[in-house]
Amino acid sequence: MSDQAVSSPAIAGAGGLEAYGPSGPKPRHTFSRRNIFLYGTLIVVALYYLLPLYVMVVTSLKGMPEIRLGNIFSPPMEITFEPWVKAWSSACTGLNCDGLSRGFWNSVRITIPSVILSIALASVNGYALANWRFKGADTFFIILIVGAFIPYQVMIYPIVIILREVGLYGSLSGLVIVHSIFGMPILTLLFRNYFTSMPEELFRAARVDGAGFWGIYFRIMLPMSLPIFVVAIILQVTGIWNDFLFGVVYTRPDTYPMTVQLNNIVNSVQGVKEYNVNMAATILTGLVPLIVYFLSGKLFVRGIAAGAVKG
Amino acid sequence: MNANGSIAANSSKGTNGTSVSIQNLSLNFGAISVLQTLNLDVAEGEFIVLLGPSGCGKSTLLNCIAGLLDVSEGRIFIKGKNVTWEEPKDRGIGMVFQSYALYPQMTVEKNLSFGLRVAGLAKDEIAKRIARAAEILQIEPLLHRKPAALSGGQRQRVAIGRALVRDVDVFLFDEPLSNLDAKLRAELRVEIKLLHRKLENTMIYVTHDQIEAMTLADRIAVMKGGVIQQLDAPQTIYNRPVNRFVAGFLGSPAMNFLDGRLEQADGDWHFVVEDVRIPLATYAFEKNPVPGPAVFGIRPEHVAFNSGTGWPFAATANVEVVEPMGSDTLVWLKLAGQNFTVRVTAERTPNNAEAVGIGFDPMRASLFDAATGNRL
Repeated sequence: MSDQAVSSPAIAGAGGLEAYGPSGPKPRHTFSRRNIFLYGTLIVVALYYLLPLYVMVVTSLKGMPEIRLGNIFSPPMEITFEPWVKAWSSACTGLNCDGLSRGFWNSVRITIPSVILSIALASVNGYALANWRFKGADTFFIILIVGAFIPYQVMIYPIVIILREVGLYGSLSGLVIVHSIFGMPILTLLFRNYFTSMPEELFRAARVDGAGFWGIYFRIMLPMSLPIFVVAIILQVTGIWNDFLFGVVYTRPDTYPMTVQLNNIVNSVQGVKEYNVNMAATILTGLVPLIVYFLSGKLFVRGIAAGAVKG
Repeated sequence: MNANGSIAANSSKGTNGTSVSIQNLSLNFGAISVLQTLNLDVAEGEFIVLLGPSGCGKSTLLNCIAGLLDVSEGRIFIKGKNVTWEEPKDRGIGMVFQSYALYPQMTVEKNLSFGLRVAGLAKDEIAKRIARAAEILQIEPLLHRKPAALSGGQRQRVAIGRALVRDVDVFLFDEPLSNLDAKLRAELRVEIKLLHRKLENTMIYVTHDQIEAMTLADRIAVMKGGVIQQLDAPQTIYNRPVNRFVAGFLGSPAMNFLDGRLEQADGDWHFVVEDVRIPLATYAFEKNPVPGPAVFGIRPEHVAFNSGTGWPFAATANVEVVEPMGSDTLVWLKLAGQNFTVRVTAERTPNNAEAVGIGFDPMRASLFDAATGNRL
């Protein structure tokens, strides 16, 4: 009896203490003012950016009579893939009427070798600049970086002359070389910064182990730099695929890349403007970079964080 | 610099018994001189520790020996062969780095065998050497793991193994234990010592940790500003430091320094600071003393505490601060207005502001020139 009498007030006292003041996790309100504002803004901005894409997709699935009604936001009453087929295989650019397919394959033939060549060169370049501090390395690097800031327009004509003299003007390989050269400054910077951020002792250990320039590059550095290679590939694939200027300057109509051909389809003045075909052609052209982004989103962010910002 | 001269005197061109010989080595980065005409001979099987504060050039010296840095002047001999212009792999050295520097994409086994594969050794020879190294370092269960799946101590063992499989004459350690916690550091320290006893290789070990230096070294080279200040056995360096820098760098808690004057009275030398007169009859002078400003140094553990008279020098002072450290206690006093510490066993910890008696024999002290800092 007395035991209980003594102990129960003590427990009650402790319970009373707990009743005062906050304890445990702070409660969060889903519909707080802050959340409504935050998510509201995000949704509005997302809609703003998605709306043009929506219009394009919807329009490309409509027939011309339906488009002439003028309701560009309304979904198609009758879905047709005719415009997509036409854009791919039979839209006319100038004298050719074989659609975007020719440009697509041209772009593939330009992009793949350019990406491989530019990344191969730039990664070795960056590796040499970061790890083998040869005499004049810093000067060389500065010159390379300055190169990134020279406007393309200044170099277009000299390069035309150089390509003509070498006999590569108008050929795909000429354009591949141009793309590789112009990718060099930014890619070298990217790779140099990435390799600089790797522990130097690793490089030294490999040297003590007897590995040489190429041994260290292929067996130590390459396997460790997947993220930065992914970044470089994305940058180059999207950049070269989307390029219009070099494509139109350095190639001929039968070697035009997809972007130039798209322009020619959309801007052709004779006949009726086929909005649905134009929309389909545009989406088709943008599909490759889009797919690349979707497939590599996370790796891309990681690689950018690892390589590009520091330095 | 005078220490340098004496080292240079007994250096020879990589004769018998000399494993590594560094002759008149200088290294400049542009206008900055990192190493200055440095001479060092390391005997066969010797464990040399390069000790110094950061920026003293000890790691730079090690990298020069390894061939990872080109020297500006001088020569390096390893096993009697001039390797000054040789590649690291041709110098007969193995190196262990502070950050372990294991290749992250390779398993432990591949890490160990990388150098051997680069050198194009036969498969069975590689397997044999890995088995031996793994056994010595007890890393057999780890062979198929990647470095990311290892603890710090295990990683450093693998890093040592990588030097071990190369079957080299000289091991270079660049602060190998600095990234480990205190307990592991103590364990691996003992292991490295055992390893040295087992292998009997020459080892050159860079550290800024005086405990590592004292416990591991056959000889310690204390460095400062790209110059070797003193090269000697650990006990000699501890008890008879050649200058004030060495005296202050080694020892924890640090040596007590009193600024005062050397005076001669009735043929006996005294160290005088304010009203304190320390008789130097038992002190072994390095050279003939001259009167003038000097620094008197004595280690806290060489001062007796409340132990009566009978000491050549005795005084009383008031306790200012008491720092119990578990095994013993550090007592801070003021002697002639200057800070003075005494190391006391934990049982005899005094109270604050208590007046205590101290005494010591100047035989155990060190006297330095006030201007040059050199030992007197």
